[in-house]
Order: sequence, then C-alpha cells, then structure tokens
Amino acid sequence: MGFLNYTFDWSVLWRHPYGGMFVKGILTTIHLSLLAWIIAVILGIMVGIFRVLPQRSIRFAGSAYVQLFRNTPFLVQLFFWYFAVPLLLSKPAQEWLYDHVPDYSYWAGVTALGTYTASRLAEQFRSGLLAIPRGQYRAAYSTGLTTFQTYRYVIVPYAFRIIIPPFTTEFLSCFKNSSLTMTISVMEITHTAYYIDSFTWHGLETTTAASMTYLCISGFIVLVMSFVEKKLRIPGMIARSQ
Amino acid sequence: MAGGLVLTFQLSLITMAGGLLLGIILALARLSSRPWLYYPATFYVHFFRGMPLILVIFWLYFLSPVITGKSLNEFHAAAISFIVFEAAYFAEIIRAGIQSIPRGQSMAAYSSGLTSFQCARHVILPQALRNMIPALVTQAVVIFQDTSLGYVIGLREFLRRVNLVDAREARSVELYLFAGLIYLAFCSAGSLCSQLLENRRQRNWRFD
Repeated sequence: MGFLNYTFDWSVLWRHPYGGMFVKGILTTIHLSLLAWIIAVILGIMVGIFRVLPQRSIRFAGSAYVQLFRNTPFLVQLFFWYFAVPLLLSKPAQEWLYDHVPDYSYWAGVTALGTYTASRLAEQFRSGLLAIPRGQYRAAYSTGLTTFQTYRYVIVPYAFRIIIPPFTTEFLSCFKNSSLTMTISVMEITHTAYYIDSFTWHGLETTTAASMTYLCISGFIVLVMSFVEKKLRIPGMIARSQ
Repeated sequence: MAGGLVLTFQLSLITMAGGLLLGIILALARLSSRPWLYYPATFYVHFFRGMPLILVIFWLYFLSPVITGKSLNEFHAAAISFIVFEAAYFAEIIRAGIQSIPRGQSMAAYSSGLTSFQCARHVILPQALRNMIPALVTQAVVIFQDTSLGYVIGLREFLRRVNLVDAREARSVELYLFAGLIYLAFCSAGSLCSQLLENRRQRNWRFD
C-alpha cells in the first residue's frame, strides 16, 4: 500500500523483535502511570486538606506546594528529578543509587509524575471539600469527632464522590503525561514508537499504534469511571450535570 | 538562554493566536445543528484531547516529510502541532463559555427583534467572553509551559538551551532550579492574573 512515496508496512507492529517491545512499552506506560497515580492521590488528598485547614502555616505550606508544582512545566520537574536530585544526595547515597537502581529514570519518572499530578489533584480536591456545606462539619464536630475523624468518616467520603469526574480527567492527563518520561529515556509506549522508527523508518505506523493505545485506554477508563460513578452515587445528592 | 526565552514567548504567542482562532471555529461548529459540522468538530476535539501532545508533535514530524517531501523546520513543526493540539482545548473553553449563558438571554434577544447575528454579537458573545477570560488566561499559562515540549524535536527553546548549558557545564541543580524559577515567575504572574479576573467576575455576578 503506497501513499505518495511512502510504503506502509504494518508488520513492524508485531514482527520480532518489535512486537515484544510494543507490549513492553504499553505495559510500562500503564504501570508507570498507575504508580504515579497512587502517589498523586495520597499526596493530593493530603495537600488538598492542608489547604482548607484553619492553621495558617499549614495552609500556606499547602498552597506553596500547589503553586510551585503547577506553575513549572512538567518537563522541567522531570529533568530536575532525573538530573539534579541525584547530585543533591550524599556520596554514599549516590553510589548506592547507581549500583542498586539500574532503572533510576523509571523511578524519577514515577516520582515526578506523582508529585506533579498531586498538585493538580489537590486543587480539585480542595474545591470538592469547599463544595460541602458547613453544616456537615459542624454536625460532625458536635457529635464529638476529632478533626481527623471528621475528615475520615464524614467529609472525605462526601468529597470523594463530588470529585470523581474531575479525578477521571486528571487520571487521563496523568496517563498522557507519562509520555513525557521518554525524554529521560524511559521505554514507555511513545519512546518505543520513536525507537522502533529509528531502526525501521516506519514512524507513521508506530506513532499510529502509540496513538491508538492512548485513545483505547482513555476510552476504557472513561467507561469504567462512569460505571463507578453510577455505582457510588448517594441517593439525593446532585449528580453530575450533563 | 535569554534567546531561548524569547523563542519560548514567540512560540506561546503564535500558539495562542492560532489556537484561539481555530478553537473559535471548532467551538462554533460543535454548537452548530448541522451534522456535517458538528460530528467532525466533535471528533477532532475528542481525538486531540485523548492524545498526549508529544505524540501530536511526532505525528507531524513523521507525516510532514511524507506529504511535502522535505522536513519542516523545528519552529514551524512545533508551532503547527501546538496550534492543532491546543485548539481542541480552546474549543472546549469557548463552548462552555457560550453555553454558560442562560437560554433566556437569547430568547429575550430574539423576542426583541434582533437577528441571530445581532443576538450573538451584542448579547451572547460579550457575556460569554467575559466568563471565559479567566479560563483562557489559565490556558495561556498551560501553553507557555507546554512549549517546553518543543525540546523533543530539538527546537532550541528555553528548556533545550538550559539542557545544552547543563551538558557543557554539568551544573544540573543550579540550572534546573533556575529554569524552574523562570517558568514559575511567569506562570505565577499569569495564574494570579487569572485569579484576579475570576474574583472580579464573581463580584460582578453577585451585583447583577
């Protein structure tokens, strides 16, 4: 099949050894984004709560975190984790890192993506928290719950449902942002596509495959999340406006 | 590095102008009742919002030699892929802005005898644009950050230059902190701007 003076050869997608590389690339993209997502959710919820607490200093720390990570490009943060952080460590720690963590770029990618996504989640989570009527807090406190208990049993379960739609969006961008880890040589799907092109000169096919991977997985996540959203809906709470 | 920063700014401005223009067209097409306008525009927006920017850049990078027979220079390649990509996001902002205007407004406009063009020009768009401004400024900040992706096709924008200096001087910590600070300064200014506009809008809203 020809197209101008380009001949398509789709077999690069499954031919040995490229087929295996693709599968590995897709898997790397998936577990890298999932690990980053776990960090992001834990950190993001913490920072989000920090930003609505009554203590001034904690609130300040929370907003400083969000401002810092949201207002610098992800790529700069990625390079910082990858190039600069090892230099900041002590000598023995550096040596240990070089000897025992052969895939440092992967872990740098996970950390960078996790902390970056956390800052965006914190904002979403904060607006979720602010959407909860004050009466809920007052009722929780007046039944004798501590601050931690109030959040754990009353506010978070509430806020969690409000923020499922924005969290889905954030997960999708976390997943898409994982493609940037290619710049620090993580072999995820985008890098794999680029890498195979350098052997075969069939970049169009490989890029198509990578794009399809992102579109399919995104579509799948959207489906799952709309199902989860329906399942968890509290009767009487206002559902997402269409 | 200063030259790189200038390039970064140029690229951001071009992307904003081009993206906004294409975004308006897409948004209008998405709000149109004509299926041959609605479906392609919707597909376009969903397609590009589902793809990482880096892949769009690669698409252009691989596709342009096939179509034109020679490769584009990095600046044009980056500008085109950014415009194409960001237009999808602009389209959604603009569409949301237009849809945030209560239907009563257009009904009132029509019933006072305005044509559909006059209604859009004098009633809907002035209000919709005011609602969109904070979101548009935020998107501008995002674009400013996204231009750093020009890095992957070797465009010598700010981050690439920082990277090159690092390769020569091997002072990663200082250089990347510096790069971070520069971006932070400009983007914080942008975010603050958006925040102030948003506060003002909400205040005005209350007095309406």
